[in-house]
Amino acid sequence: MTADTTDTTEPMQATQATIVRFDRTERALHWVNAVLVLGLLATGLALYAGPISTVIGRRPLVKAVHVWSGLLLPVPVIVALAGRWGAALRADLATMNRWTADDRRWWRRSARRGARLGKFNPGQKLNTAFVGGSLAVLLGTGIVMRWFEPFPDTWRTGATFAHDWFAFGLGLAVAAHVVLALADPVSLRAMRRGTVPVGWARRNRPRWHEETTGMPSGDARDDG
Amino acid sequence: MAADRDDGDAGAPFGRRVFLALLGLGAAGVVWGAKAQDLMERALGPITAKDGSGLSSLLPVGRFRIYTVTGGFPTRSTDEYRLRIDGLVDRPLDLSYDDLLSIEPSHLTRDFQCVTGWRVRDVMWTGVRLSDLLDMAGVKSAATALHFTSFDGLYTESLTLDQARRDDMLVAYQMEGEPVSRDHGGPVRLYVAPMYGYKSLKWLDGIEVTSEVRTGYWEQAGYDTDAWIGDSNGRDDEPVG
Repeated sequence: MTADTTDTTEPMQATQATIVRFDRTERALHWVNAVLVLGLLATGLALYAGPISTVIGRRPLVKAVHVWSGLLLPVPVIVALAGRWGAALRADLATMNRWTADDRRWWRRSARRGARLGKFNPGQKLNTAFVGGSLAVLLGTGIVMRWFEPFPDTWRTGATFAHDWFAFGLGLAVAAHVVLALADPVSLRAMRRGTVPVGWARRNRPRWHEETTGMPSGDARDDG
Repeated sequence: MAADRDDGDAGAPFGRRVFLALLGLGAAGVVWGAKAQDLMERALGPITAKDGSGLSSLLPVGRFRIYTVTGGFPTRSTDEYRLRIDGLVDRPLDLSYDDLLSIEPSHLTRDFQCVTGWRVRDVMWTGVRLSDLLDMAGVKSAATALHFTSFDGLYTESLTLDQARRDDMLVAYQMEGEPVSRDHGGPVRLYVAPMYGYKSLKWLDGIEVTSEVRTGYWEQAGYDTDAWIGDSNGRDDEPVG
């Protein structure tokens, strides 16, 4: 999670050519979200799991941190999406929203080799929608839990119920995301420094490579 | 899925559908989650409440949630433990843990219902009936209520004398056949079966017999003093008792 200051514009060199995968806005949003979400999961666990609650104690403080981090969560997203600086983010969200014929092919293991993916694979698309939807539900149910007075009391119970289960799901999704990212140095670098090698894009994301470089991906030589 | 066959490169708006489906699921959870939880608790509660490993207690079903109003969890060993009973009584008492154990025990198996909505079914409590302790101390005629204090130094509770004389009011030292743990309010806590959980003060160390009701910690924050389950705090849970 260290900020990398070596990020400069990348010249397209023949030897170690790279292309931009995530711009500054996207990376900043990613890491701000990562801190908030990990903080929410940690404080949530401390509030939820009896044995951990009793080790950590300080319930009012943990609760305040949890509630305020949760309320803060939409702010970076809105700021990142709203301005001129959000163009790449908006474009990526539009791409992630769409489920193409190649994505369907990729999902079938037998046909995966023939799938020519765009910028994101279907697992990444699914993860984005799932994490986004879960966070929205967790925020909404969290608000009902915290400010329960105007609602019927079954809603308070129901919100707690939904909050618990969605938090479980989100925790699993985040754990899987972190494990997969740590196992993939290129993706990790893409989110730390913003770029990926051209060769990686050509092999793994051929449609995106074509759109970005204007060069055909199919007959390009693998430069490893 | 035929409707998803959006030909051309763009493809179907799959991400938005997943996002909206999750929002729908969340909303359904808020509205019907209490019912779903109730069904699951009936099915799984007997297993999770009694599982000694503590692992199943992490499932959001039929489990106690551990609350404290102070920064931490007060600890008092059974050796150090004292229970004072004073105020409007003929014989003020100062009981040790062993003194409590030497009094004829009562057993009570009842649901534990929290005002925030969770319920643990069929919890077995063992302890001394509050009315037995009152008889030992001898209540004066001017008395109408009890004021309870916790050795967390902050939490307080109250009962009227009539409520306290019911036979489902325990000064409990065992839960599910084990000594009440520190997290559950041990070594000794109050168990007020027919009322919401906040009446069942944890870490009990003092009972003062008073001439009028002095409201407790949560009651000063707006919760009902007569906290009958299903008939207070605007809730309609199934009564206990």
